[in-house]
Amino acid sequence: MNTNKLNLTLRIWRQKNSNTPGKFVDYKVSVSPDSSFLEMLDDLNNDLESKNQEPIAFESDCREGICGTCGLVIQGHPHGPIPRIATCQLHMRNFKDGETIYVEPFRAKAFPIIKDLIVDRSAFDKIQQAGGYISVNIGSVPDGNAIPIPKEVANEAMDAATCIGCGACVAACKNASAMLFVSAKVSQFALLPQGQPERYERVQKMVKVMDELGFGSCSNTYACEAECPKGISIKNIARMNRDYIVAKIAKEEVV
Amino acid sequence: MIKLDSKIPEGRIQDKWNIHKFNMKLVNPANKRKYEIIIVGSGLAGASAAASLGELGYNVKVITFHDSPRRAHSIAAQGGINAAKNYQNDGDSVYRLFYDTIKGGDFRAREANVYRLAEVSNNIIDQCVAQGVPFAREYGGLLDNRSFGGALVSRTFYAKGQTGQQLLLGAYSAMNRQISLGTVKLFTRREMLDVVLVDGVAKGVICRNLVTGEIEKYSAHAVILATGGYSNVFFLSTNAMNCNATAIWRAHKKGAAFANPCYTQIHPTCLPIHGEGQSKLTLMSESLRNDGRIWVSKIKGDMRDPNDIPEEERDYYLERKYPTYGNLSPRDISSRAAKEAVDDGRGAKGQEAVYLDFRDAINRLGENVIRERYGNLFEIYETITGENPYKTPMKIYPAPHYTMGGLWVDYNLMSTIPGLFVAGEANFSDHGANRLGASALMQGLADGYFVIPYTIGNYLAGDKPSYVKTDHEEFNKAAKEIEDMTNKLLSIKGKRTVDDIHKQLGRLMWNKVGMARNEQGLKEVINEIKELREEFWKNVNVVGDSNDVNQCLERAGRLADFLELGELMAIDALHRNESCGGHFREEYQTEEGEAKRDDENFAYVAAWEFKSVGEWELNKEPLVFENIQLATRSYK
Repeated sequence: MNTNKLNLTLRIWRQKNSNTPGKFVDYKVSVSPDSSFLEMLDDLNNDLESKNQEPIAFESDCREGICGTCGLVIQGHPHGPIPRIATCQLHMRNFKDGETIYVEPFRAKAFPIIKDLIVDRSAFDKIQQAGGYISVNIGSVPDGNAIPIPKEVANEAMDAATCIGCGACVAACKNASAMLFVSAKVSQFALLPQGQPERYERVQKMVKVMDELGFGSCSNTYACEAECPKGISIKNIARMNRDYIVAKIAKEEVV
Repeated sequence: MIKLDSKIPEGRIQDKWNIHKFNMKLVNPANKRKYEIIIVGSGLAGASAAASLGELGYNVKVITFHDSPRRAHSIAAQGGINAAKNYQNDGDSVYRLFYDTIKGGDFRAREANVYRLAEVSNNIIDQCVAQGVPFAREYGGLLDNRSFGGALVSRTFYAKGQTGQQLLLGAYSAMNRQISLGTVKLFTRREMLDVVLVDGVAKGVICRNLVTGEIEKYSAHAVILATGGYSNVFFLSTNAMNCNATAIWRAHKKGAAFANPCYTQIHPTCLPIHGEGQSKLTLMSESLRNDGRIWVSKIKGDMRDPNDIPEEERDYYLERKYPTYGNLSPRDISSRAAKEAVDDGRGAKGQEAVYLDFRDAINRLGENVIRERYGNLFEIYETITGENPYKTPMKIYPAPHYTMGGLWVDYNLMSTIPGLFVAGEANFSDHGANRLGASALMQGLADGYFVIPYTIGNYLAGDKPSYVKTDHEEFNKAAKEIEDMTNKLLSIKGKRTVDDIHKQLGRLMWNKVGMARNEQGLKEVINEIKELREEFWKNVNVVGDSNDVNQCLERAGRLADFLELGELMAIDALHRNESCGGHFREEYQTEEGEAKRDDENFAYVAAWEFKSVGEWELNKEPLVFENIQLATRSYK
């Protein structure tokens, strides 16, 4: 345990709602290096509340890096400067005494700001609703071991399925593209035998809705992969593009 | 007095569910679309129920306070899900899973429910595989298993250390399919604040829209609560920040009996507390106990670095006390043993912590094997603590994790309010006084995929509940009460913050209604909670407005409920003059310090009926064991 506290300036984005312009507001904090970034914000909010000021609205839930609720842009990076972690796993020992830290919401046309650091990511759900599933009814399925799946294939599908739906890929992309997010789900099912019957229909449906919701296109900067807290590979985007082209050339269906 | 009718079907334990399925009334497929069902909560139980009911053709409304249903806390379950497949040929069976669960629950669960759970466990695995859940596999392509506490067979299916995530995303995808087909409608960022009863029957819910602050009314033929557990009453727990008891507590105040509130599970393998600013406790999966060995120094006040403590000065206390189960002893027993070691002054470097050590497993299997099995958990540990667990033993300590208690339900999962069903952790039904690892995911999905879809049909076809529109006076009355409560909270303008009071409640609960309880402490804490509740209503400061995003107001409403629930937990713990599972009363222990049950006087479910704030009436549902003989639980 470390007892030397860090003195920091937090420059935090405050915005009442999507119709009101926002601005940065400075806060001075003193924090233990063992504290997490969000615990520091909890403390700051507790101070604000005790001074009868409105706390900073931000979202988080599991604080174990798996639910995908938290998502702040810290020092210009979605989920902060340390790679491969979500905001809730960022600890203050990674910062230096005296630093000024910029804290902003995820910024993308498809993610409108609700308040302060909270954005609306419901567009992600809409893409999943368009085709991110395998059409099997409850009860009418074969034994779990009826279809052997090679370990490597299962592992690769798992690596894609590990996406937490936080939206960091969109926030990192200069075009606010959702290709990494969408391709992760498309890949999970494209790799597994269970996903084959709807493989080409699925990719078309999901891409269509993604485009309609105002996400930009992919220009291969790989920023999404670099900022993804779960290390989702851009190989998934290549796989999705391949399936999409095959679907368009060979199997175009009305979707 | 409430009449508690468990509605356990006749017949041999093996036949009960089948007989019941045949006897239950069915809804004509063409009529299903005429029925509206509200599901509150979108975790494993809620999402799986929504998917199944949507498939059957009902009109389903799913309400969640999250921005997306995929955020529900089921997502954070790490280790796995049990099923009686016996794929490992190690002697597993439905009966053994049933037996282990009853014994693990220290003989305080209903046999018929638990048998049904074991029976449908195999269907769950099949269903999840078909949905594309990428479970871990062997080299031959078949499903892999591992072991969990309280079992001598390998029956736990897993997807890395992210099993809950993958199962939830499976249920979420099945629900998404129904959303696209129009049978399920999703309402996010809404918190349920009351259930609406007309002539004593559940007809809908009142919610606060968390973005606009608007109080909204929703009506239906039946309501399902799948809103999880209440460990956040302790402030620090492994639950997510937003987990709360409000939905079940408000239903309780409207007439749903609350069963066994004192049965709380303290999970043995969590990260220790780092300081006052701590917001929550992080769980390290129980699966680590497959290869990790738990120990403390034999010497009191030993401040040496763990790697400097020689083998002969280490006390592998679980292996010593429980040689058969060793490091895989059940959670309640392992947690208490850790507390004992710390209370004895032998905690890791004088802290409230014990060691979980992988040195021997790394020497035996190599670092690569350990990395493959637990790599992501080791990474989490290093990210949070800054220490490398491949080199230095992990430090762990028990933390509040799961609540076996919950709303009382009958065999059909219906509460004492007709038309109000309760699924998953929110009900009390399957785990008795202690839940075994990897059984929460199993229960959530069993309830949602395979139980409620049948039993709710029976209710709709049998009781033929009427549909009440939201302009009914009961809806208006309930909405008005919620608006009044909101205004009251905002008008107190006291001096203490919501979190400040919540932390104080958490400390009271942890010290006196935590891992060990005694009569004196419980009597004290009941008064202390009452006083704190008064303090809250006089002196809390809820800032902001009601017609806007207001997280302070959200937390305040949840805390108001925890301040009532905490008292009931203490009352229940005080009345239960025995030790069983997660409920350990210091006065009732064997000479060796093990839990001492009193089957003659306490083999019942305590279902508390709300009278007024701070006043409850006890109703008892006797537990009859026809198949498994009541016996002292031994893991030695």
